Amino acid sequence: MVDTSPSRAMRSHSESWFDRVPPAYWVLGVILLVVPAFASPFIMGEVFARAFIMGIIALSLMFLGGYGGMVSIAQMAFAGFAGYMVAVFGSSAITEISQGWPWWVVIPLALFLTVLFSTAVGWLAVRTEGIYTIMITLAIAAAFFYFTRQNYDIFNGFQGFNSVLPPQLFGVDWRGPYAFYYLSLFWAVLAYAVVLYISRAPFGLALQGVRDNPRRMAALGYNVTAHRVAAYAFAGLVAGIGGILLTWQLSQISPGTVSIGAAIDVLVIAVVGGLRHPIGAFIGAFIFVVLETFAKDFLVTLGMAGERFQLVIGLGFLLIVFFSPDGLLGLWERFRAARDRDPLTGEDRGHRAS
Amino acid sequence: MTDTSVITRETSALGGAGYALELRDISKSFGALEALSGINMSVRPGERRAVLGSNGAGKTTLFNCITGDFPPTTGSIRFFGEDVTVFPAQERIRRGLRRTYQISLLFTGLTVLDNVYLACRGVSRGRFSFVRPRRGDALMQTAEELVETVHLRDAIQTPVSELSYGQQRQLEIAMALSGAPRFILFDEPAAGLSPTERVELIHILTGLPGHVGYIIIEHDMDVALRVSEHVTMMHNGRIFKEGKPAEIEEDPEVQALYLGGSDE
Repeated sequence: MVDTSPSRAMRSHSESWFDRVPPAYWVLGVILLVVPAFASPFIMGEVFARAFIMGIIALSLMFLGGYGGMVSIAQMAFAGFAGYMVAVFGSSAITEISQGWPWWVVIPLALFLTVLFSTAVGWLAVRTEGIYTIMITLAIAAAFFYFTRQNYDIFNGFQGFNSVLPPQLFGVDWRGPYAFYYLSLFWAVLAYAVVLYISRAPFGLALQGVRDNPRRMAALGYNVTAHRVAAYAFAGLVAGIGGILLTWQLSQISPGTVSIGAAIDVLVIAVVGGLRHPIGAFIGAFIFVVLETFAKDFLVTLGMAGERFQLVIGLGFLLIVFFSPDGLLGLWERFRAARDRDPLTGEDRGHRAS
Repeated sequence: MTDTSVITRETSALGGAGYALELRDISKSFGALEALSGINMSVRPGERRAVLGSNGAGKTTLFNCITGDFPPTTGSIRFFGEDVTVFPAQERIRRGLRRTYQISLLFTGLTVLDNVYLACRGVSRGRFSFVRPRRGDALMQTAEELVETVHLRDAIQTPVSELSYGQQRQLEIAMALSGAPRFILFDEPAAGLSPTERVELIHILTGLPGHVGYIIIEHDMDVALRVSEHVTMMHNGRIFKEGKPAEIEEDPEVQALYLGGSDE
């Protein structure tokens, strides 16, 4: 269980932020920084950068589901909406629609509009609970997908937009494999750190209270509905950042990016990784992207049709959910608890390493 | 002696009105079941009142109507002169109304201090703050003082799931005292407590500042009559007797119906 309490936050003020970062994170950080020295551009772009981006989008779902108890299928729609807005207001090959505005206007505007969109969806969705929240957000995701496919004035219908590229800043081509790797790594780390920080702030703590007992939270003076809608707004911002990066990575945005299958992929990533901690979104994304990238070759090696790679992903998903409803993080925590348990007495020996 | 300075300090700025709580013709129906009918009650600021009655008399339903957990079918509720009948629960809480629950509704994954901190934050600004509390945070200090008020200092960093039942009830009271309470509804605070814990509870309730009134629902007559100055008896969703604790205790009808064993 992650200690997300403000009192923990206060206790830890006596330590510097440097001391508070677990050693494993430093090791991981160094590895991720030096990956480009060893990996091919394909691995950097199609595996790592894509995993960071899908991790950011799944992180927005983890924030809503893990801290807020609201499972939204619409996160990919928010991400895609941000990507579309960048294409519409920025530059693309579809010059009849794209406005060609400067990036410093386009990116904040795209994120602002995405937050408005997610807030409106949240305002609708928070009036439901459980399976009904899933259904209403699924309906919104489906409606957005069909709308983008049928609307040619803004979304350019079936074709969408191609040649949507990141801006050339500081003399760097941010679409280049090295630059884009570090760009997506930076935003993944920032999104992860911000979500973790907020989970220990009053807003995040109250959101967890709303998840555990909304009636009690109302009796403590909290506006439960407003908290839930605000969570959707923030999750929309996170998904929007991921969506812009995804659009740049693919150099295009089209209805296929926001399809129902893509929306379900985000759910699979979040659940496989585990909804209990923000790191689960990135673990799930890495596994998903590796399977997505290499399962085709693996199946062909076995003499099966490569197009059936979704079958491998589906089987992996079933296995993980079957053995650990809390995802891979749940498996790890159970392993750690078993390791720390005295085999004779069954008591916790209390030397849990993090 | 219970330290209630933190509650006094926060409430002193609030003014009063004729009645702290006025209920007029309150009724509540669930389909064909009439849980409350024609309830009229006026409670002065600082007054301590016990509401007694057998199971199913409508006591907790009455509390739920007062706090806004659900609206009454008919009637009006005024809190310090303001009509709050249609107000959502959080608006009533922000006006100084608090309650505890019959079954502890605590955040069991959090520590004692964090539970009280959440309660303090709920009635202050910054509920949507994205910034973590800093060292010396005023709300955190208030939360620590409230934990001390209910004698849970030794368990301040203990997860709620590890507290005894009695300690959880004490924590419920600390959460009800957070912010600037003007009136508190205690729903069976002594249920499940040991004799020692009941004595502790009586000390906490009698030690509350004079201007903080409350209504207590309690099956333990000893506790209820010792901490209240006025008693309302309920039966089948109606008020059927009111008076001083001694009068109620001596009343033959009450004894027949409630003290001497209910006919339900």
